[in-house]
Amino acid sequence: MAQVKMTVNGKTASGEVEGRTLLAQFLRDDQGLTGTHVGCDTSQCGACVVHVNGEAVKSCTMLAVEANGATVDTIEGQANADGSLNVIQQAFQDHHGLQCGFCTPGMVMSASALLKENPKPTEAEVRHYLDGNICRCTGYHNIVKAIMAASGQDVSAIAAE
Amino acid sequence: MYNFDVEMPSTVADAVKAMARDEAQPMSGGQTLIPTLKARLAAPSVLVSLTGIDEMKGVCMDDAGRLCIGGATTHARVAAEAAAHYPALASLAARIGDPAVRNRGTIGGSIANNDPSACYPAGALGSGATITTNKREIAADDYFQGMFETALEEGEIVTEVKFPVPTAAHYEKFLQPASRFPLVAAYVAKFGDGVRVAITGASNNGVFRWGEAEAALGANFAADAVAGLAVDATDMISDLHGTAEYRAHLIGVMTKRAVAAIS
Repeated sequence: MAQVKMTVNGKTASGEVEGRTLLAQFLRDDQGLTGTHVGCDTSQCGACVVHVNGEAVKSCTMLAVEANGATVDTIEGQANADGSLNVIQQAFQDHHGLQCGFCTPGMVMSASALLKENPKPTEAEVRHYLDGNICRCTGYHNIVKAIMAASGQDVSAIAAE
Repeated sequence: MYNFDVEMPSTVADAVKAMARDEAQPMSGGQTLIPTLKARLAAPSVLVSLTGIDEMKGVCMDDAGRLCIGGATTHARVAAEAAAHYPALASLAARIGDPAVRNRGTIGGSIANNDPSACYPAGALGSGATITTNKREIAADDYFQGMFETALEEGEIVTEVKFPVPTAAHYEKFLQPASRFPLVAAYVAKFGDGVRVAITGASNNGVFRWGEAEAALGANFAADAVAGLAVDATDMISDLHGTAEYRAHLIGVMTKRAVAAIS
């Protein structure tokens, strides 16, 4: 067992983990942050995407001990300080960017990473960036639309609602 | 996944020391190895993480004009930092997996694993790169030895890869959309003294140089120069995604497209 300590959503999080404990398991089982979802557990689906030191990673494919000392941001830390939805979350609601919601935490975290490095992406760039996030409900149109809207762009011409 | 100890060295020397432990396994970004451990296809007693070794991270040019990439440098960093020096290689890195995978996966991990469908082996062999380990320097032509086989010895760690920069190059990847690996890809690099063509995703023996295409393109660097060349399908990979014959055909198509993209 190893002791780990990291900053999760601005707060110190520490615990004892096995070598094999995944970051996703530490967040969910140890810290009770079950917003990070484990869909495929094979690094394909992206439901487990969180930010480690500001970069999007698949938390099912990183060991908890590797995040020792890091700053980790999860879906639970995305809302505004007053508890209201942030601009990306609100856009997902406004544009019906989710149905069952299982993939949504990963979609929002990926979208947030994208908009940080590319504040006004094209539709093609959004679709390309979501290569590693799989949704089995929506067909992606409304997710893409939500992310475009969150970037402040006019989405009235984008197909499907 | 079976349990293991994790060592987190911060220098190459400490990593080498940790590798002396019984049944130790080095791990870089872990984007292949962690799924492998989950499937219980590997069961090391000790995992030596290379992600905390700063001296193995970064992109720079050496005095000989080679692009040098530290073994623990992520694909995302290569895509960003190599773009000005060697655009074709940066483009290869930018198309590996997906954005989250590129933020963890590293060049050293890819080169050490030598998956028969991985991108970096094609870039390294196609460029005539030199693989630097904690012990020695190995020419790419001697390094890649078959499917998941390399010249690396037990406990040897890829610390750096040095790429001669060609006058022009292009990586043409026929994407297998589920895995995001290439079904077949061709890396074509044009140097002052000849052309190198490396093919990944196709052969049961892993990445290889397509000598006939190199000779044809050396004489006449044009897409048509490889039009008449046929690839023997005998040793090609055959699976549900494509037959050996299909892959052999794709080798010609990908090479032609890569040449067309350059010229």
